[in-house]
Amino acid sequence: MAAPPRAESLVLLERFVTALKAKGVVTEAEIETQITRTDRASPEIGARMVARAWTDPAYRALLLSNGSAAAEAEGVSMAGMPPLGVLEDTETLHHLVVCTLCSCYPRAVLGYPPHWYKSAAYRARAVRDPRGVLAEWGTVLPAGMEVRVVDSTADYRWMVLPRRPAGTEGWDAQRLAAIVTRDHLVGVALPRTP
Amino acid sequence: MRFAAGAEVRVKRDFPELHGPCHIRTPHYLRGRPGRVERPLGSFPNPEDLAFGRPAARVPLYHVRFDQPALFNEGQSGDTLLVEIFEHWLEEA
Repeated sequence: MAAPPRAESLVLLERFVTALKAKGVVTEAEIETQITRTDRASPEIGARMVARAWTDPAYRALLLSNGSAAAEAEGVSMAGMPPLGVLEDTETLHHLVVCTLCSCYPRAVLGYPPHWYKSAAYRARAVRDPRGVLAEWGTVLPAGMEVRVVDSTADYRWMVLPRRPAGTEGWDAQRLAAIVTRDHLVGVALPRTP
Repeated sequence: MRFAAGAEVRVKRDFPELHGPCHIRTPHYLRGRPGRVERPLGSFPNPEDLAFGRPAARVPLYHVRFDQPALFNEGQSGDTLLVEIFEHWLEEA
């Protein structure tokens, strides 16, 4: 868990929000809506999208060509949200998502980012030493697998479509979704059969 | 849109941060580095203006791929980095 907020941070936040409201940049209702939406989102949504892509070729194609539309197809409202892009892992390519500038994260489908994702250490090291970071997560990539680090710096939010693990043949989407976690959707770990 | 998928580009070696307040989405570690356009991502209001409440023109955004070990003089050959870069930060390589 993240450390509890400091008192001076809360004061600063309150002043900032008051200024935004006074200038007409946001309303209390808009802030409430956004908090509700993010509170409701969780990695289970992303996991459901991945499991569906593993079992439904048409949905897989949609997910890779238009992540936002694929999220909408899973009942997620993407109105006003940054576009979602989904990057496909293959037999020879593994994706790892980071935001070196701040903490851009596909909140619409994964919820709040974990504290480590926002840490200076992860942000600095993911681009410089991605394999070292993966090793610390206990993630062992097969020989011949290239790593592609995705530095999320602008208007898109990125999620990984990991490879379906061996041993899940015949599983339905619901059972598959249960083995997909947030870590797999960021790319620091690989889905495995339990 | 100036660049198509596959175009060889270079990120401008520019540091506007040295000349006053600004909001730049181009990471420092890529300034001056060569890459290749993976694909255009559409156009978005320029964050460098948005951040200061100025009228922001829509600028084409690209997914650009870089050779990862070359950036840091470490890492494994073949590894790459994929980063969103706005068009005004790119020049032909």
